[in-house]
Amino acid sequence: MPSEQLVDLSRLQFAVTAMYHFLFVPLTIGMTWILVIMESAWVMTGKTIYQDMTRFWGKLFGINFALGVTTGITMEFQFGTNWAYYSHYVGDIFGAPLAIEGLMAFFLESTFIGLFFFGWDRLSRRQHLLVTLLMAVGTNLSALWILIANGWMQNPVGAEFSYVTMRMEMVDFWAVLFNPDAQAKFVHTVSAGYTTGAMFVLAISSFYLLRGHDVEFAKKSFRIAAAFGFASICSVIVLGDESGYTVGEAQQTKLAAMEAMWETEPAPAPFNLIAIPNEAEMKNDFAIEIPWVMGLIGTRSLDRQIPGIREIREKNRERIVSGIEAVSALEALRRQPDDAAMQAEFEEHKADLGFGLLLKKYTADVRQATPAMIERAVADTVPRVAPMFWTFRLMVLFGFLMLALFGAALWYSVKGCFAGRRWLLRWALWMLPVPWLSCELGWFVAEYGRQPWTIYGVLPTHLSVSTLEVGSLYGSLAGFVGFYTLLLVVEMYLMIRFAKQGPGSLGTGRYANEIAHA
Amino acid sequence: MLFDYPTLKIVWWLLVGVLLVGFAIMDGHDMGVGTLLPFVGRDDVERRVVINTVGPHWDGNQVWFITGGGAIFAAWPLVYATAFSGFYWAMLAVLWALFFRPVGFDYRSKIDHPAWRRTWDWGLFVGGAVPPLIFGVAFGNLFLGVPFHFDANLVPYYTGSFWALLNPFALLCGVVSTAMITFHGAIYLMHRTEGAIQRRARLAMLAFGCLLLATFSAAGIWLWQGIDGFAIISAVDPGALPNPLAKEVVRQPGAWLANYTRQPLGVALPALAYAGTLIAMQLAAAGRTLPAFVASSLAIVGVIGTAGASLFPFVMPSSSAPGASLTVWDSVSSHLTLNIMLWATLIFMPVIVLYTGWAYKVMAGKVTADYIRENEHAAY
Repeated sequence: MPSEQLVDLSRLQFAVTAMYHFLFVPLTIGMTWILVIMESAWVMTGKTIYQDMTRFWGKLFGINFALGVTTGITMEFQFGTNWAYYSHYVGDIFGAPLAIEGLMAFFLESTFIGLFFFGWDRLSRRQHLLVTLLMAVGTNLSALWILIANGWMQNPVGAEFSYVTMRMEMVDFWAVLFNPDAQAKFVHTVSAGYTTGAMFVLAISSFYLLRGHDVEFAKKSFRIAAAFGFASICSVIVLGDESGYTVGEAQQTKLAAMEAMWETEPAPAPFNLIAIPNEAEMKNDFAIEIPWVMGLIGTRSLDRQIPGIREIREKNRERIVSGIEAVSALEALRRQPDDAAMQAEFEEHKADLGFGLLLKKYTADVRQATPAMIERAVADTVPRVAPMFWTFRLMVLFGFLMLALFGAALWYSVKGCFAGRRWLLRWALWMLPVPWLSCELGWFVAEYGRQPWTIYGVLPTHLSVSTLEVGSLYGSLAGFVGFYTLLLVVEMYLMIRFAKQGPGSLGTGRYANEIAHA
Repeated sequence: MLFDYPTLKIVWWLLVGVLLVGFAIMDGHDMGVGTLLPFVGRDDVERRVVINTVGPHWDGNQVWFITGGGAIFAAWPLVYATAFSGFYWAMLAVLWALFFRPVGFDYRSKIDHPAWRRTWDWGLFVGGAVPPLIFGVAFGNLFLGVPFHFDANLVPYYTGSFWALLNPFALLCGVVSTAMITFHGAIYLMHRTEGAIQRRARLAMLAFGCLLLATFSAAGIWLWQGIDGFAIISAVDPGALPNPLAKEVVRQPGAWLANYTRQPLGVALPALAYAGTLIAMQLAAAGRTLPAFVASSLAIVGVIGTAGASLFPFVMPSSSAPGASLTVWDSVSSHLTLNIMLWATLIFMPVIVLYTGWAYKVMAGKVTADYIRENEHAAY
C-alpha cells in the first residue's frame, strides 16, 4: 500500500507540472485562430500590414509554443513514471485518445507550425493560409482528444471492469468519444483559450497605443482582439454554465462542494453567492443566498432536487459497505477465477468496487475495516468545500470582469474611438494576467473537485501511484521545479523583450524600435 | 473486427515496431544533427546552417516519439506502466534532455550573444545525444532482464537501481543506438549542406558508420555467447485474456538467437542492418546523399528489427521473477481497443506520411550561409 507521503508528492508533482503546462496551452489554442484571422485579412486585402501582424504575433506565439511542447511531453511521460497502476488499470481506455491525439492532431499541428514559420517565401499566399489553418485545426483537435481523455476520468462511461485482466476495459468507444462531460469540457476549455489569446493581443496592443508607437498596427490588432475576445468570453460563460449542468449530472460531489450545499434543499435550490463553509460542522457559518438560481443551473428545472453533501455521504456509505463485498469477491476470484458463486457475488457488487477500494487507504484487508475507517472513507468521498467554493467563485468573477472589458473594447472599437480612451487601454493592460488565473482556477476546480478519485467512482487516487521511493519523488520534484523556473525566466524575458519592442523586431524597416534588435 | 485477437496482438507488435522505427528515422536524423552540431559548425553562421536544416521539421518529427509513447500506453498499458515507472530516472533523464530541444531551436537565434547561443548549442547536443543513448541502454537491459515483479493485483514493483542499468552490455547497446542515430543524422546533414560543413559531416558519417558496424557485431556476438535468453516453457494460448502471471519462463543459454533457428528468414533483419549501413556509407561517400538516406533508414529497420525479433515474444523480460515477464500475448490491451487503434493508425498514418513529405518538399534544397544572412530575423 503506497504511503500517504508518496501519494501526496505524486499528486503535487502532477499538479505542478500540469498547471505549469497549462500556462502555455490556452494562449496557443487562442493565438492559432487569431493568426488565421489576421492572415485571412492579408490574403483578402493584400495589405502588407496584415502579413506583418501575422508574423509578429506569430513570433510571440512561437516563444510560447516552445514551452507548451516542452512541458507537454512531461504530461505524457508522467502517467507511466508516476501513475503506473493508473496506467495499467485504465490504459485500455485512457491510452487510446492520447494515441489518437498524436496521430490525428499533434502531427498536424507540429508539422505545419514548421511551415508556418519557414514557408513564407516558398508558399503562395493561399497555401500559407492553408498551412496556418491546418495548424489551428491540429491544435484544437489536440485539445479535443486530451479532453476526451480527461472527460473519461470525470465520467467513466463505455467501460467495464474485468477480474481476469484486473483492469477496466473499453466496451463502447463511441460512448467514450461522445461522453457529454468531455464535449462540455472541450468547448468550455477551447473558448477559454480563445479568450486568453484575445486578451494577450488586446493588452499588448493597448500598450503600444499608450506608448504611441506602431499605432496603426496596434489599432488593427486591437479591433480583431476585441471582436474575437467578446465572442469567446460569451462562449466561455454560456458553455461554462453547460459544463456546470453536466457536472451536476455526472459528479454530484463536485457540484455540491463547489456550491457549499450541505443540505438537500427543496427544489429549486438557492444559490450561495457568498458563504463561509464550516467543514467540521458541515454547515455554512454565513451565506448570502439567491433563491431558485442553483436549481435552475444544476437541473434546468423547477422541480428536480440537487442532493446536498450530507445526503451524498449517506449514499456513499451504502456504496462503501457494498464495495467491501465487491473487493472480497474480487480477491477470491483472483485466486479461483472459476468459482461461479463468487462470480455471481462479484457481479452483484461490481458497481461499488471503487468505493470498496477507498478503504485500502486505511487497511489492506477491507473486510477488517472498522466503523471508524468506514467513517473516514465516507468523509473522503467529498472534496474539501472551502477551496472548491472560493476558486470557483473567483473564476466566475474573472469571467465576468473579462466580459465587461471585452464588451467595452468592442463597443468603442465599433464606434472607432478606442485609441483615445486611455482608461480602457490601461484597464486592458492590467487585465493581462486574468485569463491565465481563470484557466488555472478552472483546472483546480475540475481536478481537485474529482478527489478522492483519479477515475471518478472507479479508482481512488491513493491506489493509482507508482511504487517509487519517496526520495525519488523529492528528487524529481526538485528537478522539475528547478527546470521549470529556469525555463519560465528565459521565456518571460524573451516574451517581454519582444512584446515591448513590437513589430520592429521583424526587421522590415516599417516599424518603430528597429535598432533595439542587434 | 478486422482481425481475431491473436492476430491483432502480432499486428500491434509490428505496429509498435513501425512507430519505433519511424521515430528513429524521423526524429533520429534531427537528433543526429543535434549531436553533431557543436562539432561540424565552427562559427555561429555555420551552426545556424546546421540548425536550419532541421528547423522546420524537428517539431513534427518529435511527434513520432510522442505518438509512439501514446501507442504503447494504449496497446501495451502494462509495458508502459512497468517500464516508465521502473526506469524512473532514465526516463526523467530522457525527458529533461528533450527539454532542451524546443527552447534550444526556438530561443537560440532570438538573442545575438555568443554565450547565449553557445549555451543552446550544447543544449541541442544534449537533447540530440542523450535520448538515443538511454533508449539503447534500455534496450540492452531488456536482453538482460529487468528486476520487476507484480503483486496479486498486478501492481508493478521495480527492485533494481538506476546505476544497475548502466552495465557493460547495456552501455554497448547505448553506443550502437547513438552511432546509428548520429550516422543517419550525418547523412541527412550531408544532403542539406555544402562546403566545409558537408565535408565534416562526411567524416562523421564514415566514423559513425564504422562504429555502428563494429558495435552491432560486438553486441550480437556477446548476445550469442555470453547472455542467457528467456523462453516460455508452459503452453501459450495466444487468444487468452492477457494475464502476465499465468506462464512459466526459464532462462536458457542462446535463447535470444533461437528465433532465427525457428524462422531462418529472420536473418534478413541483421543482414539488412549490415547491408543498409555499408551501402549508405558507399552512396554517401560518392555524394549520392538521398539514396544514402534511404539506405541508412533501412539500416535502422534492420537494427531495431533485429532487437525486436530476437526478443519476440518477450517485450520486457523480468530477471527477478521470470514468470512475470511481459510478452506480446499477455501485456496487451483488449481486443476492442487494439482494433480501434488499428483503424486509427491505418487511417491517419498514410495522411501523416503524405503531409510530412510535402513539408520536406517545400523546404527542400541546400541551407546556405547566404540563406541565414538573408533571413537574419526569421531563421533559427
